[in-house]
Amino acid sequence: MAELMENNKIVVTVVGKDRKGIIAQVASKVAQLEGNVLDITQTILQGNFTMIMIVDLAESQLSFGKFKEEMELLGKEMGMVITCMHQDLFQFMHRI
Amino acid sequence: MPISITNEEIKETINMIQAENLDIRTITMGISLRDCADGDINKTCQKIYEKIVRYAGNLAKTGEMLAQEYGVPIINKRVSVTPISLIAESCQTDSYVPIAEAMDKAAKEIGINFIGGFSALVQKGMTIGDEKLIRSIPEALAATEFVCSSVNVGSSKTGINMDAVRLMGETIKKAAELTKDRDSIGCAKLVAFCNAVEDNPFMAGAFHGPGEPEVVLNVGVSGPGVVLNAVRRIPNAPFDELATMIKHTAFKVTRSGELIGRLAAKRLNIPFGIVDLSLAPTPAVGDSVADILEAMGLERCGTHGTTAALAMLNDAVKKGGAMASSHVGGLSGAFIPVSEDAGMIRAVEDGALSLDKLEAMTCVCSVGLDMIAIPGDTTAETIAAIIADEAAIGMINKKTTAVRVIPVIGKNVGESVEFGGLLGHAPIMPVNQYSSAEFIHRGGRIPAPIHALNN
Repeated sequence: MAELMENNKIVVTVVGKDRKGIIAQVASKVAQLEGNVLDITQTILQGNFTMIMIVDLAESQLSFGKFKEEMELLGKEMGMVITCMHQDLFQFMHRI
Repeated sequence: MPISITNEEIKETINMIQAENLDIRTITMGISLRDCADGDINKTCQKIYEKIVRYAGNLAKTGEMLAQEYGVPIINKRVSVTPISLIAESCQTDSYVPIAEAMDKAAKEIGINFIGGFSALVQKGMTIGDEKLIRSIPEALAATEFVCSSVNVGSSKTGINMDAVRLMGETIKKAAELTKDRDSIGCAKLVAFCNAVEDNPFMAGAFHGPGEPEVVLNVGVSGPGVVLNAVRRIPNAPFDELATMIKHTAFKVTRSGELIGRLAAKRLNIPFGIVDLSLAPTPAVGDSVADILEAMGLERCGTHGTTAALAMLNDAVKKGGAMASSHVGGLSGAFIPVSEDAGMIRAVEDGALSLDKLEAMTCVCSVGLDMIAIPGDTTAETIAAIIADEAAIGMINKKTTAVRVIPVIGKNVGESVEFGGLLGHAPIMPVNQYSSAEFIHRGGRIPAPIHALNN
């Protein structure tokens, strides 16, 4: 098996009631934390806003833990559920 | 890099963790204590304490950091050590309790949940040190909080050491007595094995076998809730389809363990050992192996068909998991601890699941009679006979079997006992009322079985 390489790519998910400006708010927070957005997908499911964002933290001064803390705090302020998890977990689970 | 994982897959993983209790049950660091042996017990204790703290000092912190970054909870951080009987034998002393206390102190210092290895391997016979260790177990378990103990009394190659079986019956009884003020909890930290494995990350039976390296990291995964929901998604599917579904799910569950294990080993700068492909239940609702069996179409776990359902489940978990990991080891299979599984408890309370049926189930799944509360007045001989039965199953079927029963002093059938936390609660189960004493008092060894003419 290939050598395990640790990277800084984070899967950020945002779930909650749809309203205006969610993407803008989340994206500006990510920018403020010096994260680089690599990919965004977003849908509305039965009025529920669901967004998945891939963020690269390679150039950020923040640790993963601090980034996660800040994002979760933003989620609370916005009344949305924001989760942050390392991308490798998804890669490892779903791709051989 | 463009996103190569679909939204559905991301949602599936997050759902597994948030709604279906997917977790890494344990990361267990195995540490060799072979260089800690010293004629002086105080010096031995000091060396053991220092070595554990030196090697595993960052284990808990590393586990917590990984859990945070990857979003997968790591429930337990543990240490297993060389069987203490091998280390303590040269000490001029009658009791090895001080060593258990040193292990306990180290565990407390580094913030881990359990430390295993107050153990002896006596499948063919006992040395003086082995016997001293076994006789030290009750007091060691009563005097410590984190120390777990195990004794291997038989194997497919050697047969069963019935003298050790008898001694273990007495030891379990004594451990129950010494912790009777805490519902005999000492026995929850004590296992009698047949065919014990050297790289098991699960407690109470973990120890760092003599064939293991200086230090190693082993991982045990969990995930009954994830499998349960997968089974529930296809209610009327034939078994072929069901088995495939379980295999796919077990693959994903094990993959998370493989990733976390390898990362933890890398960050701690020690070799990665094995992933134990396990379905380890917790008392949490929906995190139950019994629930999976019931979701397959059994009204209650323990009814006719339960053994077949468990056999299929266990095999599918192994097949799916084996593909997901570069090294599989430990006990690998579905666990059926009664007190730690809400569905098992319900099945016992409803009268659907008996000790005899549990024994049958242990023929086809991981390990054995686990976390079963029995009446406090059960004799040492009866407990020994329960161990002998389980060991016989392991010996003949070339698998690991174990007994972890708790004779709860002062309690009887109809009552129940609360151990708290992951150990859960258990209704007291009846044992057979007829005596096995004469059988147990024969002593000696049951010869190794013939491994041809299989029938």
